[in-house]
Amino acid sequence: MTTTGGSIPGAVDMPPTIDEIVRTLTLQAGFNTTSVIVGTTLLGIAAGLIGAFALLRKRSLTADALSHATLPGICIAFLAAPSLGLAPRSMPVLMIGAAITGVLGVVCIHLLITKTRLREDASIGIVLSVFFGLGVVLLSVIQTNASGNAAGLNHFIYGQTAAMTRSDTITMGVIGVFSAAVALLLLKELSLVCFNDSFARATGIPAWLMDTVILGLIVLVTVSGLQAVGLILIVAMLIIPAASARFWTERLWKLILLSALIGGASGYAGSSVSALLPRKPAGSVIVLTAGALFAASMFLAPARGVLATALRRARIRWRIANDHLLEYLFENTNTSPGRPLSDIADEHGIPSLRFKLLAKALQIRGFITMSNGVATLTHIGSARGARVARNHALWEQYLITHADIAPSHVDWSVDQVEHVLDDELVRRLERLLAESRA
Amino acid sequence: MNAAPPTTSALAQRPEHSEESPLSVHAMTVAYDRKPVLWDIDYDAPSEALVAIVGPNGAGKSTMIKACLGLIPKASGTVEFWGQAHKRARSRIGYVPQRESVDWDFPVSALDVVCMGRYRKIGWCRPVSRAHKRVALECLERVGMADFAKRQISQLSGGQQQRVFLARALAQESDLYFMDEPFAGVDAATERAIIAVLRDLRAEGKTVIVVHHDLQTVPEYFDHALLLNMRVVAAGPVEHVFTQENLHKTYGGRLTLLSEAAEAIARRDRGG
Repeated sequence: MTTTGGSIPGAVDMPPTIDEIVRTLTLQAGFNTTSVIVGTTLLGIAAGLIGAFALLRKRSLTADALSHATLPGICIAFLAAPSLGLAPRSMPVLMIGAAITGVLGVVCIHLLITKTRLREDASIGIVLSVFFGLGVVLLSVIQTNASGNAAGLNHFIYGQTAAMTRSDTITMGVIGVFSAAVALLLLKELSLVCFNDSFARATGIPAWLMDTVILGLIVLVTVSGLQAVGLILIVAMLIIPAASARFWTERLWKLILLSALIGGASGYAGSSVSALLPRKPAGSVIVLTAGALFAASMFLAPARGVLATALRRARIRWRIANDHLLEYLFENTNTSPGRPLSDIADEHGIPSLRFKLLAKALQIRGFITMSNGVATLTHIGSARGARVARNHALWEQYLITHADIAPSHVDWSVDQVEHVLDDELVRRLERLLAESRA
Repeated sequence: MNAAPPTTSALAQRPEHSEESPLSVHAMTVAYDRKPVLWDIDYDAPSEALVAIVGPNGAGKSTMIKACLGLIPKASGTVEFWGQAHKRARSRIGYVPQRESVDWDFPVSALDVVCMGRYRKIGWCRPVSRAHKRVALECLERVGMADFAKRQISQLSGGQQQRVFLARALAQESDLYFMDEPFAGVDAATERAIIAVLRDLRAEGKTVIVVHHDLQTVPEYFDHALLLNMRVVAAGPVEHVFTQENLHKTYGGRLTLLSEAAEAIARRDRGG
């Protein structure tokens, strides 16, 4: 259809001007470019939406095997079409072929898992490579034997966004709307099967049917994305947006919405960049954009992100260390007054630099005063040390006697027992504590 | 009784299945691969009772529940609920799966999980209405978890997660409940909350069938027991079936368990 490799037609070997950038991003850069951008954006939205369910059902790798298993189908459809009186290079014929072997691959995985002792990972690996291998062999047969227009087939491997036509864009739009409608209508049932399929089946929601719906939608997205993104990378559009969205939210509908948004944004940004920078295949740029969004999500997301988690951990460790030192000083004020801090550090095996920082922090906060390396608790330091010691003891007593709160929800040193438990219980704990110490 | 060619002895022993009985299992055999896991099970559950299914590991306790619920195929036999097939009785049956069977990092709140118990009543393709959410919240309240309704489920302790599962089963508003090890690995507060709910259910005339691991608490918590080890060793009121001899038949030479059971029996005898 076109000979410009993977890039958008009309692109030239020059860095884009501001005007070009603006026109591309606002969808005014000519009909072809615009339809490619709109089409891949819609594809991204659909893939993100459906990918959320694939992720929740833990079927992401199955989607990967499925997309690889489409290659032999494409080749067989191409070879068989003339004898059925169809044009070999017609998109619908190739897509149907792709869908058939794709589903066949998934069926094979299912059979391998249920009928043999092979685990899912091995089954997926086998099906993925064997089907793809078959596809590559068929492809080489076609390229050596068939006429010149066969060459286009290998574009399905890496994708050729430039080859997208207006009807492809419409197809993407229809698929996007359709999958959104299905996902919304069946949100309850799909999510229940993803969360707990045995309960779903016990209540009369057939898990196999929901799985088939998810699989059907994955096939739809995969097959329609073959041309734009290619069968190797299409799985990225299913997995990455959903995995990125998971970092930002703990709510199902938000996850699905965000996943669709991230998918759409990747499609839009990736195809725009590809339109502006010649010789950059859009499929890869789309996936790299999604990858960048994933990296950003992974590091920056507030609650589940890597940085936030690390920061939270460091802060908690620091506070616990602070409190422990105060507690130690409080409990040893009478037994060993005037003991240098460096001794204490040695005894507890704490690196001295860290310990010095700790002492400095406590000094700044006015909990201790330092003279000749000996720490003395101030009035407020002593009060806080006492409180920490009491809280620790009470929480310990609580865990021994009651233990029905998730330990992760209690900051043992700082959360005063009274803030979490009722007065009556605290009094009882204090009594128990007094008894156990007596 | 079309499905099975039961053995003649099973036919002869077959009790008259009444429509009163919430669960009637007849000549049920379940096999994974080649080896049968449950062999020729006959059992009629009483109504208004708390029933413990006990037996050693691998005795087929969970398998029995799952086969009754149609979650795994039966090799032969029939299961009826109030004299009806499972499909027709489904709306009257509640289920608490094993806690470990799901991924608790799923992006839903405790209330969302309990609402799942209402999905069947809500029907396909319709959102969860406010009225259903209110019922779900009441169920959370019954297990003492109303304060945690909005919390994401991974941020609950094991016992709290188990209570959420129990609340979901309550939201099903069933007449017969199957619970797969609801007491496994829970804290004392949860154990008390669960047993209180079980007693409420019994008082409401419902039957609860519980896979249970802790022999010591069987006499205290349950009215009936089903001693299972691939086949039914004994079934009936706890005071009749929970004998040294039956436990020995069920557990074979597993001495530690036996001594636990002996202790439990001794304690019950002392307590009258």
